[in-house]
Amino acid sequence: MPVPTIDHTLDEILNLAASHFKVPREKLTPDDDFFKTLGIDSLQALDLLTRLEHHFRIELPDYELQGVSDFRTLANRIQARL
Amino acid sequence: MKEFKGQTLSWQIVNGAVELALHRNPCNEIGSLTLDELEKFAAALPGLANDSHALIIHSTLAAGFSAGADLRELFQRGRAMEKQAALRGVRDFLERIHAVMNTIDGIPLTTIAAVHGVTFGGGFELALVCDIIIADRMARFCFPELRLGLIPGFGGIPRLKRDLGNAVVRDLLLTGRSFNVTKAQQIGLVSQIAAEGEALRVARATANQVAKFDRKTAAAAKEFVKTIPYDELKREIDIFCDLYARPAVEEGLRKFVENETAQPYLP
Repeated sequence: MPVPTIDHTLDEILNLAASHFKVPREKLTPDDDFFKTLGIDSLQALDLLTRLEHHFRIELPDYELQGVSDFRTLANRIQARL
Repeated sequence: MKEFKGQTLSWQIVNGAVELALHRNPCNEIGSLTLDELEKFAAALPGLANDSHALIIHSTLAAGFSAGADLRELFQRGRAMEKQAALRGVRDFLERIHAVMNTIDGIPLTTIAAVHGVTFGGGFELALVCDIIIADRMARFCFPELRLGLIPGFGGIPRLKRDLGNAVVRDLLLTGRSFNVTKAQQIGLVSQIAAEGEALRVARATANQVAKFDRKTAAAAKEFVKTIPYDELKREIDIFCDLYARPAVEEGLRKFVENETAQPYLP
């Protein structure tokens, strides 16, 4: 199966986040701070990480997310595991 | 005591299985009060075992099974007391929780941890005393203690070594990373994965299956395949206390307790 493009990965992340945390998709942009935009804490961020791992069928160690708070960087980290 | 409703946990017998429910907000942090009630449970367990065939441990809180030791209490204990007194208090706490864990580990019932969400540190260690771990699809496991300058102190390393290959144990311990149920099942930690919100139901179905077998045979089979690593457990307490005495640990705990960023759970 071909590796999806980074834009496609980013789009899927935004769709998943909007759907799960019940935020209108059009309000999310790639450079948003997802903690602020989604209104989530660290436990909910772990929940998001688990959902993304299941969705993309990857394992993403959480130390790779240290300091990551925007969707674009998150998409880059995920893309590196696809 | 056949039934108990405490501030941090409750138990009752449901369809022949003891169900221990954890319910201390925000995520079943294990501090002095939880330990007191766990000791009550451990004291009652041999009597409960006479009227049941299985034990299920689960959490009623949405956040998860348990975030582990109450680090705020551990930090406050260190600040409020003279150093040696604080250290004696920590050793006493560890010896008491080990006694509880060892009782659950060796009880001649089939024991099942039904976990979901955050299953970290001491919470992970509580799950590890059970014979079977059934995990919700959204469960996440972690030993984060090294970021505080400590090792797991509730028996986690000896029990993880008992159940898994040492290379996997080193990865989980030395990186302090969290991992999901897919990984947990791959490495042999989780035996069954349940859909979101279904771990307790699956655990009850498993307990019903267990009930079909002769109790004495099941207990003999358990005793044969599951030894308790007493010597390593004692050594773990010694290492934990040696590490706890260092100033770096107080600093690590202070950083965690005072951290107001959104990411304190990320290593």
